[in-house]
Amino acid sequence: MKHLLSTAQLDAAAIGALLDVGDHMAEINARPVPKVPALRGKTVASVFFEDSTRTRLSFETAAKRLSADTMTFSASTSSVNKGESLRDTIETLAAMGVDAFVVRHKSSGVPEAITQWTDAVVVNAGDGWHQHPTQALLDAFTITRSFGDGNTMSGRRIAIVGDIKHSRVARSDIDVFTKMGAEVTLVAPATLLPVDVGSYGVSVAHGIDEVVASTDVLYMLRMQKERMDSALVPDISEYSARFGLDEERAGRLQPHALVMHPGPMNRGVEMLVDPGTLPGSRILAQVANGVSMRMAVLFTLLGGAPNGLSQGD
Amino acid sequence: MNPPTALRETRILDADGIRRAITRIAHEVVERNQGIDNVVVVGMQTGGVWIAERIHEAIGTIEPLRKVPLGAVDVSMYRDDISLRPVVPSAPTRIPCDLTGATVILVDDVLYTGRTVRAALEALNDHGRPRAVQLAVIVDRGHRELPIRPDFVGKNVPTHMADTVTVGPDGVLISSTMDTAG
Amino acid sequence: MARKNEFVIKGGTVVNHDGVSALDVRVKDGTVAEVGESLDGPEILDATGCFVSSGFVDLHTHLREPGKEEAETIETGSRAAAIGGYTAVVAMPNTDPAQDNVMVVEFVRAQGQKAGLVEVVPSGCITVGRAGTTLAPFSSLAAAGVRIFTDDGNGVQDPLLMRRALEYSRDLGIVLAQHCEVSRLTEGAVMHEGSCCSHMGVPGWPSIAEELMLHRDIELVRLTGAPMHFLHLSTAGSVELVRRAKADGLPVTAEVTPHHLALTDELLSGYDPLYKVNPPLRTMSDIGALKAGVADGTIDAVATDHAPHAPHAKEMPLDQAPPGMLGLETALGVVNTAVAPTPQRIAELFSWNPARIAGVHDRHGRPVAVGEPANIAVWNINEVWSVSRDRLASKSRNTPYHGMELRGRNRHTIFNGNVVVKEGKALR
Repeated sequence: MKHLLSTAQLDAAAIGALLDVGDHMAEINARPVPKVPALRGKTVASVFFEDSTRTRLSFETAAKRLSADTMTFSASTSSVNKGESLRDTIETLAAMGVDAFVVRHKSSGVPEAITQWTDAVVVNAGDGWHQHPTQALLDAFTITRSFGDGNTMSGRRIAIVGDIKHSRVARSDIDVFTKMGAEVTLVAPATLLPVDVGSYGVSVAHGIDEVVASTDVLYMLRMQKERMDSALVPDISEYSARFGLDEERAGRLQPHALVMHPGPMNRGVEMLVDPGTLPGSRILAQVANGVSMRMAVLFTLLGGAPNGLSQGD
Repeated sequence: MNPPTALRETRILDADGIRRAITRIAHEVVERNQGIDNVVVVGMQTGGVWIAERIHEAIGTIEPLRKVPLGAVDVSMYRDDISLRPVVPSAPTRIPCDLTGATVILVDDVLYTGRTVRAALEALNDHGRPRAVQLAVIVDRGHRELPIRPDFVGKNVPTHMADTVTVGPDGVLISSTMDTAG
Repeated sequence: MARKNEFVIKGGTVVNHDGVSALDVRVKDGTVAEVGESLDGPEILDATGCFVSSGFVDLHTHLREPGKEEAETIETGSRAAAIGGYTAVVAMPNTDPAQDNVMVVEFVRAQGQKAGLVEVVPSGCITVGRAGTTLAPFSSLAAAGVRIFTDDGNGVQDPLLMRRALEYSRDLGIVLAQHCEVSRLTEGAVMHEGSCCSHMGVPGWPSIAEELMLHRDIELVRLTGAPMHFLHLSTAGSVELVRRAKADGLPVTAEVTPHHLALTDELLSGYDPLYKVNPPLRTMSDIGALKAGVADGTIDAVATDHAPHAPHAKEMPLDQAPPGMLGLETALGVVNTAVAPTPQRIAELFSWNPARIAGVHDRHGRPVAVGEPANIAVWNINEVWSVSRDRLASKSRNTPYHGMELRGRNRHTIFNGNVVVKEGKALR
């Protein structure tokens, strides 16, 4: 596997192998000096055509902890967002000597297109509504390591709540969680469910009350205010009433249940309770695990390969 | 096309031989360091871990009053050949304490080019500044590419580069190809 | 280049309404002079293994001139059309400036005449600038010889405007051609709305956006009695709506593109904008229904919707790339490979019906018979050839068939009595 463009490239075994490498990285991140020379001499370029300081910093931290050099290209100006310069931008950066591109773009399919224009490794950091593979990996890491189940989610009930239709996080999570054996339920109004939801191998619920007491993981997605404009949901209060996590619902969660969110949170919309007060919240762990899993991905693509052990010397 | 070459396997140490070598090494460690103060035993993932555990156990028999810390180090992040061939990290590093001022007994099964040991030295340094690192191996098979030498050796075994050396609890096996011309 | 005034098309099989027969055809001074067996002449055009019919008429071509000459010009588009067997093409009006006034229409017609490869028949816009707010000057455009009016690229959203346009058009004897798309249902859409687009994470273009407008306009035809032609049908539901309208005796006609008979939405799973087109590629069951519509006469014509785009225009993220694919040079091959119609049905779909709909049936789509204008195509349905995007006459390269093998190819084209394409190569 040369690039990481979509979780569709990974089967359960490959996901497990990446999570195991994540354990290594988590150990490194727990050290006083969280740095190893594994990717010394490699250059990782973050090419973010859509604003996301958090994800970009997470990837850059991951690269630096592996001793790679980093380059940042942040292009939220509209002239570059028009695909006209996309190819030029990539070819120019590649000519400066880049081993890996970490790409985020508001159009689905851009990271895949980029692989045609460069020999470097391409990692998808989020493309349109399509995929955010490292998010799904860090979510899987967080869930499996919280429950101590090893590399499986067999029998675990996971509820994903929110705007599934427009969410690359949801698409990636659904794919990874179902591959690892979880029972996934999507909780959303019909207008925010993906077309042909039956083909995703999930159940559907139309209100958070249906799942809150029985789920092992409650995964809250961010509900964007812009969605209110296109008649997808009548208004915020109606959304929060059916799909928001408030104190009363949080009180009905099972003691072992995890509460997760990919960030950033919309307080007052989907989160009506301070997650810091919830014992099951893994939201901060997700951030830390994001660095570990991104280190795992960069190391696997630029350093090691999960096929064949090295010969001992 | 040459006919397939035959494989010759030689057992150069059996289970008893391993046991005796480990006991002797444990005694040498205690003698060399005049006791076990500040000694930490660290096995190299994965081949040296079971040997480190046995050495640790043997030291515990010789000096029962105090427990010597035991750890394991994975060197995949420190190898100098990361882009050249596939590297799969095995089990993570577990270092039980700060290594600053410690005498680390680094344990592996086979010493060959020395590159893995070099990586291990760098890995150990990320957990403190040891006072000393002493290398214990069951087999030294020669062909060093770096100035690395073992402090404690089970057996010196000259080998060809094409040979494979396997070390297990039931002994040490050398597999060589027999060239019809050789 | 010397004008070939007399030559014999020899060894072919003539396809006419009344039958299909192995006959030679003599062309002289712009008309068919003789049709018979074992003819001889000063110049022979070898038609062995080929069918000989009236030249093809494309109801739907984007020649891009004026405004987007980097993608295609009237000359290069004409050449591509001639190679494909066409002797007339209806030029779509979404040029810049648009064909909503006589000046632009006459410019386009004149450029076509200058190229001299096919007859370029300019269409007019239904609304000024295709903006959908005010009607274009139908009467002056009709006086300038425009017969088909369309806002292609957009559908006419306003039902009142459409009603008025139909009523007005009825008196002038022109035909409105509708691109059926309710734009509020397709905002941001990139490809067919279905399972494929859902997993790809891109907005979809639901079939109902086409069917709703089609249904509305069929009822407006019923109300006003004006004829209407429906462009590029793409859904099973649309075929059924047209079938019922025809059964009710309404004056509607419909076209389908070659790509909607052959390609599905799954081709877009690699996010290649090459396959992005409007209306989008849909599913196997839509293709099945369209083929059935071709077979039972619900669909009258094949129209290419030839839409050239310069390479840099298609090298964009899928949602930003312009829709459209080339079609003139591959149309016969694709339709023959996908549907394998009889030779007479091919002539109907490619020539006789579109000539009538376009209002050029006094000179195109004619029988191959003595005294008729010599606009003729000589085509071989057994020739297997491989499509190469680098060997097309079009200025652009956006063909979805690159590397594919097609069965069926046009060999010679005669326009106004001149051989303009011989052995697949344009002579001008």
